Amino acid sequence: MKKASVLMIIGSFLLMGLFAFPLWNIMLGAPQYPDPLGMDIYIDGIKGVEEFDIQNIDGLNHYIGMKTIPKPEEMWEFTTFPYVIGGMVFLGVMVGLMGYFEKLSYKGFIAWFVIMSVLGLLGMYDFNAWMIDYGTNLDPHAIMKISNPDGTPMTYKPPLFGNQKMLNFDVTSLPSIGAYMMFAGMSLTLGASYMGWKSKGTKVKQQLKKAVAA
Amino acid sequence: MKKYTYLVLGLLGFAALLNSCGNGNQGKSSSGALNSSNAEKVYVAPGEHDEFYAFMSGGYSGNLTVYGLPSGRMFKEIPVFSQFPTSGYGYSEETKPMLNTSHGFVPWDDSHHPDISQTNGELDGRWIFINGNNTPRIARISLSTFETEEIIEVPNSAGNHSSSFVTENTEYVVAGTRFSVPIPQRDMPINQYKGNFQGSLSFISVDPEHGHMDIKFQIIMPGFNYDLSHPGRGKSHGWFFFTTYNTEEASTLQEVNSSQNDKDFIAAINWKKVEEYVNNGGGTKMPANYAHNVYDESTHTATTTMKKEVVTVNPLDVPGAVFFLPTPKSPHGCDVDPTGQYIIGNGKLSADLTIHSFDNMIAAIEGKKFDGEAYGIPILKFEDVLAGTVKSGGLGPLHTEFDGKGNAYTTFFISSEVVKWKLGTWEVIDRKPTYYSVGHLMIPGGNSRKPFGKYVVALNKITKDRYLPVGPEMEHSAQIYDISGDKMELLYDFPTHGEPHYAAGIPAELLAPKSKKFYKLADNKHPYATLGAADAKVERDGKDVHIYMSTIRSHFTPDNIEGVKVGDKVYFHITNQEQDFDVPHGFAVIGANNSELLIMPGQTKTLVWEPKQVGVWPFYCTDFCSALHQEMQGYIRVSPANSNLELSWSLGD
Repeated sequence: MKKASVLMIIGSFLLMGLFAFPLWNIMLGAPQYPDPLGMDIYIDGIKGVEEFDIQNIDGLNHYIGMKTIPKPEEMWEFTTFPYVIGGMVFLGVMVGLMGYFEKLSYKGFIAWFVIMSVLGLLGMYDFNAWMIDYGTNLDPHAIMKISNPDGTPMTYKPPLFGNQKMLNFDVTSLPSIGAYMMFAGMSLTLGASYMGWKSKGTKVKQQLKKAVAA
Repeated sequence: MKKYTYLVLGLLGFAALLNSCGNGNQGKSSSGALNSSNAEKVYVAPGEHDEFYAFMSGGYSGNLTVYGLPSGRMFKEIPVFSQFPTSGYGYSEETKPMLNTSHGFVPWDDSHHPDISQTNGELDGRWIFINGNNTPRIARISLSTFETEEIIEVPNSAGNHSSSFVTENTEYVVAGTRFSVPIPQRDMPINQYKGNFQGSLSFISVDPEHGHMDIKFQIIMPGFNYDLSHPGRGKSHGWFFFTTYNTEEASTLQEVNSSQNDKDFIAAINWKKVEEYVNNGGGTKMPANYAHNVYDESTHTATTTMKKEVVTVNPLDVPGAVFFLPTPKSPHGCDVDPTGQYIIGNGKLSADLTIHSFDNMIAAIEGKKFDGEAYGIPILKFEDVLAGTVKSGGLGPLHTEFDGKGNAYTTFFISSEVVKWKLGTWEVIDRKPTYYSVGHLMIPGGNSRKPFGKYVVALNKITKDRYLPVGPEMEHSAQIYDISGDKMELLYDFPTHGEPHYAAGIPAELLAPKSKKFYKLADNKHPYATLGAADAKVERDGKDVHIYMSTIRSHFTPDNIEGVKVGDKVYFHITNQEQDFDVPHGFAVIGANNSELLIMPGQTKTLVWEPKQVGVWPFYCTDFCSALHQEMQGYIRVSPANSNLELSWSLGD
């Protein structure tokens, strides 16, 4: 259980990477942008990959009537997310410490993992919702209005994950370093749970199965 | 005839097909004009980059053009000494001061010899210098922005031809006079030239950090014509060599009268000695009047300072600093090999090349083996300094470059050829014709200790028959030869802009990574900059109206201006808000008596417009900037001179 607890602490601590590195990255390449424009999405705001990328993306987006890319103060998420992540790191470290001192069983680790997964899914949902709004809620006075073959107005929601061709742009949206650190951290906490469970024997195993099924 | 052509083309096509279907041996078996490997050597595929930058002087265009080697594609024309309506250089208020001289605004010059700055005798890619021949000037161009940053006028000079070459650490760029003149200038009979006219050799110091130029001293030489020059390097670093003609000091019909002496001179100048003399307070401060124009990248603006004094040095006051090396037949080119040992003087009226040895020269000076003097300057004995003669079999040798592998390449103007010969043995190894009448030639790094001896470019004067005819006037022709093997191979020829005299080349990898992509708006310190569209405004100051205008794809802010009156002087100060590579905006207004502006991202430029007619006049963007470029326009309303209409401006409703 001690090894598992150390793993739990390290795992939750890896979430701290989100304060230094971007969570997500969206790159926009086009023939006239052989060096693609890019934005890095952090938990507290959006920054250009190069200094003036945001300005240039906004400059292009105004043709199709997209809003400008939000500043940190324009989205509640950017002030809330740091607290959420900070809270989860604190909670994870506390759970780990309590496990270390045998005040808490591996179930605490699982509980943390489940909460974190739910929050993560909620975050993805929120991120996707924002992109839908950003890509479809267009200025009615937009200079360019392009319709799909079926006559509906074209929307410009970037993909949540992967690559998509949008007009002349190739848009690639992928997790970035902060997310990979978070995934790694969460995997470690899952590993910690498994190690904790193993050290408890088969009786507990069955209980865990129930917990997971629930 | 036409059928015949089709037949030939058909056969060629068939042959090509055969080749491509063959056993993978294509290109090797063919030869002569259809040698496909030559085409491959100059072919730079779409999107690929050239191996070298070549900077070619524009001659009478007054500018400098940038080409890629080996493709021969032209990338840019850099305005230097001539007004350039394409960008507004010399027309915009910020750049007009660049063309100021003691003769007033001189919007043209004859640009001859570019040279890239060096550190330890190797190209460092910081700046390129070029001379204005007609109204003597030296310009310094940044190799990160490819813009002219500084121009200094050279007093006491005329026909600034033997320049602009730099010393091994860019300590100095020289400006030697081709025409001797009365110093100081005065009203005197021309036929009293002999003994009264003098030639100045100016040593212009270059600030190692900012590149700012300053005339450190001028050596006032006898009244010969100082034709070309090159710095010593390696062992001869500290010396500078200048060819002369008209040592006869003829003032009329020079074609005949300055060709009477069998030998003219190469003037060898120990500039380190003169520098030391000047640093110790030597030299004469002489009243002068010359312009020093400096362009500031942060204000995007040039300023002119008139300088009132220059330090002159009488060579007789610095014993051991100046000597004459007799050199046959009106030498033109003066070239120093990469080791600094050989000084090559090419007699433009002879068939042979004369090569002097630096070691021999030093020994002769130390042994005081003089053969008389000219105006008190010792003349060394020809035989004592001679290293050898290349018996070329050509006619009219002009200029020599080196490949860094012990070979030299000399152009022959009259016999239209490039001759390759070996340093030390003086034997001719190879010769290839040029088309036609070749002047200078260039090997990248040719004026340094480390030439990049892969290609030589011949800069030809006569072009006829090489390309489709375009009337009596045509661009000059350059030819590129592969010199990586024993024999030179003509790869390609291409037209060049203006009349390229000399050129300088540098590997692309030394320049491309530090090429600037745009100016940062945040660093823009122009006094009339509009850093954001919200700061756009119009102000009246008497009859001057200042319009602070910003541009971004695809509109001007403001786009409607009213309250301007006939007789006003309207300043359009336009700031490009873009912060993206290669997104300039243009500006033109109807009836402007100057040019358009081309404003780079982050830059501010000013155009003056003096409305003479009442009306509502449009202005627009001249550089296709976006899908809505055509809509990038606005109006300026001009009311009668006695109108009381207040200034107003707007964008949108």
